[in-house]
Amino acid sequence: MAADLPAGARSPIAARIVIYGLLLIFAVFYLLPFFVMLVTSFKTLDEIQDGNMLALPKNPTIAPWLAAWGTTCVGLTCQGIKGFFANSILMVVPAVIISTMLGAVNGYVLTKWRFPGHRLVFGMMLFACFIPFQSVLIPMALVLGTLGLAGTTAGLVLVHVVYGIGFSTLFFRNYYDAFPTELVRAAQIDGASFFQIFRRILLPSSGPIIVVTVIFQFTNIWNDFLFGASFASGDAAPMTVALNNLVSSSTGVKEYNVHMAAAMFAALPTLIVYVVAGQYLVRGLMAGAVKG
Amino acid sequence: MTIAIDDAYRPPRASSSGDRLRAFLPRLVLAPSFALVLFFVYGFILWTIYLSFTRSRLMPIYEIVGFDSYYRLFAQPNWYKALENLAIFGSLYIGISILLGLTLAILIDQRIRGEGVFRPIYLYPMALSFIVTGTAWKWFLNPGLGLEKTMHAWGWQSFQFDWLINSDMAIYTIVIAGVWQTSGFVMAMFLAGLRGIDGEILKAAQIDGASSFAIYRRIVIPMLRPVFLSAVIVLTHLTIKSYDLVIALTGGGPGNATELPSTFMYSYTFTRNQMSVGAASAVIMLMTIAAVIIPYLYSELKDPGHGR
Repeated sequence: MAADLPAGARSPIAARIVIYGLLLIFAVFYLLPFFVMLVTSFKTLDEIQDGNMLALPKNPTIAPWLAAWGTTCVGLTCQGIKGFFANSILMVVPAVIISTMLGAVNGYVLTKWRFPGHRLVFGMMLFACFIPFQSVLIPMALVLGTLGLAGTTAGLVLVHVVYGIGFSTLFFRNYYDAFPTELVRAAQIDGASFFQIFRRILLPSSGPIIVVTVIFQFTNIWNDFLFGASFASGDAAPMTVALNNLVSSSTGVKEYNVHMAAAMFAALPTLIVYVVAGQYLVRGLMAGAVKG
Repeated sequence: MTIAIDDAYRPPRASSSGDRLRAFLPRLVLAPSFALVLFFVYGFILWTIYLSFTRSRLMPIYEIVGFDSYYRLFAQPNWYKALENLAIFGSLYIGISILLGLTLAILIDQRIRGEGVFRPIYLYPMALSFIVTGTAWKWFLNPGLGLEKTMHAWGWQSFQFDWLINSDMAIYTIVIAGVWQTSGFVMAMFLAGLRGIDGEILKAAQIDGASSFAIYRRIVIPMLRPVFLSAVIVLTHLTIKSYDLVIALTGGGPGNATELPSTFMYSYTFTRNQMSVGAASAVIMLMTIAAVIIPYLYSELKDPGHGR
């Protein structure tokens, strides 16, 4: 609407200054905690005790980053967070791939091969996106125990696939809904099979929605804490759980700089994805909020 | 236009077994996902409800004893504290996020320069894990080393900010960190809404001599009603599920000052060995969310093709 409303042209310079002033103040509010986290991760412990938290490090050191990665103690083991970082990668990659693939074919069936009751099926999958996970936590713990998957990365992959299907199906369903059904019908008349139509006609134009889904699932699963804390304690814990254990452990000297470096390691993967492809993440978030 | 394109696909003939297979193939492809959801979501919910009517403690006991654990749940002062905190946190978190999100969206919509710089800055916290956010804010608000110390160093000796360790105020630190994390996303929702408003209406109002303020109050904000609704739904959902942020920022403390239903459920189930009480609290949480989400989903789904 701004393009049609010549407010900027009419408002006096004073109003402009107020607008930019407010925008800058808010920008500081959003950047400050991250800025503090970043500079603290490059400071020595002495400087943290004596200095100002907002000051840039006087003698920047990467020692806290190295310690966080390789030598700091999480629980009883003192090998840094690298193992937990690897756990998160091993959890997130298969979980994202599987849930995205399932979402794609589900969306295809729910839009182009509708059957009686398709709306109920979709509604039930959609509601699954919104349940508080507390209401499935106890049975999941019991089932993972029975399957022998308790405390393993494979168990977490299963959990994230199951509770990721709802969103990935939602994304693909809404995307394919706008895809011309005439093309599908024409291909069908030409004798193309169910999977041929999917592979040759829908998949080639699904690039944007695949990116949205992958980024959304990656961010969600990487950032998960509840499932990780419930089902994968100890050595199989994902990054977020390890970070929390590190920061909230009460033994010994609190190495704040190492904590902040570890937090940076936990933040970097999703942050990099955001910087590279932020608009896709936002699109996914919006699709999750405003259904069609 | 074309015949019944939107209708259920009906195979022309289902004479041979090959045709029948082809007709069922789509449903067959969908079946595994649907089965997973049926079992892991709806089956598990029923399972949790069942457990809430038992006397399970460390391990499940499948003998129904009625509403016993619900009585015990509502006899816990901790549970009332959790509900009270949920009300305080929820109302402030939702209210401030919406107010801030709307303000930012309106500011950004003033044809400013550098929109491409400001917008990602407001939005990036949404990409972070609540554990990272909690860790960063815990450090920032630490009375001994964070904001308070900085203000002292700058000469404001009387400045005091100990909310994090003050049991009356700790819940507000969760509000601050929560708003920080999600208000940028609320801004993005409002911005999309603002950009979707028909400029002609606004031009007409301007020609009629309405001030900018009046245009926003009388025309723009009422037109954003659907966005308000979506934002409230999303934020309510986040409120009830909030768990990570509390764990990372205060761990539920000091004492039980920042206990929420989610932390209550976790500690009663997994550390206090009161599984049936934990299950009962989970059922209450689920019913609260369902009461908000189901009418919303129903209204979104009942009319096919709307909103596109």
